Amino acid sequence: MPILTIAEAVNLAMKQEMERDPRVMVLGEDVGRDGGVFRVSDGLMDKFGEDRVVDTPLAEAGIVGSAIGLAMGGMRPIAEIQFDGFVYPAMDYLINHAARMRTRSRGKFTCPMVVRFPYGGGVRALEHHSESMEALYVHIPGLKVVCPATPYDAKGLLVAAIRDPDPVIFMEPKRLYRSLKEEVPEEDYIVPLGKARVMIEGSDVTVVGWGAMIPVVLKAQATLAKENISMEVIDLRTLSPLDSETILESVKKTGRCVVIQEGPRTCGLAAEISAQIMEKTMKNLKAPVVRVSGFDVIPPLLKTEDFNIPDEKRLIYGIRKALA
Amino acid sequence: MQIIEKANPLTDKMFQVMDELGNVVAPEFVPDWNDEKLREIYATMVFLRMADQKLIALQRQGRCGSYASIEGQEAGQVGSGLALDKKDWVFPAFRELAICYVHGAPLEKIYLYWMGNEWGSNVEVNIVPVSIPVGSHPMLAVGTAWSMKLQKKNSLTVSYFGDGATSTGDFYEAINFAGVLRVPTIFYCQNNQWAISTPRKKQTAARTLAQKAIAAGIPGIQIDGNDIFAVYAVTKEAAERAKNGQGATLIESMTYRLGDHTTSDDAKKYRDPAEVTEARKRDPILRFKLYLQKKNLWSEEFENKIIEDSKVRISVAVEKAESTPAPTQNEMFDFVFEKPTPELLEQKAFLQNLTQK
Repeated sequence: MPILTIAEAVNLAMKQEMERDPRVMVLGEDVGRDGGVFRVSDGLMDKFGEDRVVDTPLAEAGIVGSAIGLAMGGMRPIAEIQFDGFVYPAMDYLINHAARMRTRSRGKFTCPMVVRFPYGGGVRALEHHSESMEALYVHIPGLKVVCPATPYDAKGLLVAAIRDPDPVIFMEPKRLYRSLKEEVPEEDYIVPLGKARVMIEGSDVTVVGWGAMIPVVLKAQATLAKENISMEVIDLRTLSPLDSETILESVKKTGRCVVIQEGPRTCGLAAEISAQIMEKTMKNLKAPVVRVSGFDVIPPLLKTEDFNIPDEKRLIYGIRKALA
Repeated sequence: MQIIEKANPLTDKMFQVMDELGNVVAPEFVPDWNDEKLREIYATMVFLRMADQKLIALQRQGRCGSYASIEGQEAGQVGSGLALDKKDWVFPAFRELAICYVHGAPLEKIYLYWMGNEWGSNVEVNIVPVSIPVGSHPMLAVGTAWSMKLQKKNSLTVSYFGDGATSTGDFYEAINFAGVLRVPTIFYCQNNQWAISTPRKKQTAARTLAQKAIAAGIPGIQIDGNDIFAVYAVTKEAAERAKNGQGATLIESMTYRLGDHTTSDDAKKYRDPAEVTEARKRDPILRFKLYLQKKNLWSEEFENKIIEDSKVRISVAVEKAESTPAPTQNEMFDFVFEKPTPELLEQKAFLQNLTQK
């Protein structure tokens, strides 16, 4: 079984899906000859040609807008936006067209498409290259939002997203693109959308995270295990639809919950999770739910970005608060 | 033919086949419609104006929501619609009752939409639901045209939009993509001179809207959009070019919005009524009638028959639309995704329980 990085796992998923289904295509800025600025689509143009791996003009609204039209016309486009901070020109298309085409046409037209982009900070990048704004997408009815944290999940979730009959936002933690490797089967498999994964079972406190925060959670888990604190770790994998059931089951057991998110705190996904826990399992709670998050600030430039991104220290502080 | 290639989009000498008095000025471009067909098309235009006015009346009576009238734009929509195949895709903006009808949307479905029922946007032919965010949908039409090219389907897409839409960045992205990808699409701009209260001259300093095509590397042409012969000839040629792999065309169809922006608008606040009176002299239906009169194809009796027939058809459509059951409360949950999510099922059950009490 090959040992792959997240970047390689995403590449393999696209390659295999393009082999399996002639309707699948990749479009975006520099995705072809260059293989994408993170080389995630490396080699695909050589293998599948310029009709199926398309270097588009530099226009994000155009990329997403044309992908919607392609999907309505029978293709299965995978649109890449080069960085998290460049999705915003395409928001009109995501909100006003992709998300609601099925509802508006009562199923006559649909948008089976994936919009992929690298997200998050910690790579010492330029401005607008370090955003973790998943809550924006999760807030849009009609979109699914996926965020893998491991190479195995990256492949399985992307395959599921490509085969999904509805539009999927696929956020790739750029900080993890090459920092971790694991065995990824060549064989066809999917990781179903909407299903979280209990990575580590525990009994004292539930910690929920996703994407680039998962390695932070695992570090904290290892540290606190030495103090005999038993953490249950949940990797959400899909942010919308939210797997509330898995979270609630865990919190019923532990009675305590910490949610960690890289993005700004106000109206983030952690707030939604916290609200659901209070609405549905208040009686099991032994302490208020704690949010550990980025601050409500503009992502700082590289000299100070680490002050904003939640790390092990901040998470452990939050966990101790939940346990107090 | 070759009207499009010869056109110079920098000048505002719009392409015309029939002048304002119904005289043919370019006989080689008169469509080969026989007398019966000419009368039938005229009758369709009169019918659609009446169908349009009916929606305004229904809105005033509280029987439908806000509505954007097409009055004055019938030639552009009917003429271009006649140049399309039924399998072609239409991407309308919101002032497009006539093209939707001509392309195959039943009138009762169009009424249903404006009455607030989503099923009005679900018709047999490929007419995408109307696009209200101005300027955004031409890009979708480019994408679908691209899918046709990739799948080697011999059909095309047409997006309909107004002069205001050409000021949006999305419009530029759309024509630019269409140029690079050489996709089978037509950008049909109905320049009706007004974007709500903003006149054409405040949209752009460019002399024509058609010239925007030059920057995208596609042909652009300004035509008399109230001249159904010119509309038909140019759209037909643009469609043939698209199907022959010659790519996209931008058509600037010069017309005039005779009515208010919508039923929620009062154009008297910002538009000189004298301008409207002047524009009525160029009414596309009046012009077609003058042409038919010259050919002895029009009579009072013919006109009255059209009106009587139209009244019946319109009242049947109203009756059908009004007797169509409203969507159930469940439906808003059922079409968000192919399969509803747990959250949606929970919210649907909540509403059901609440409304049963």
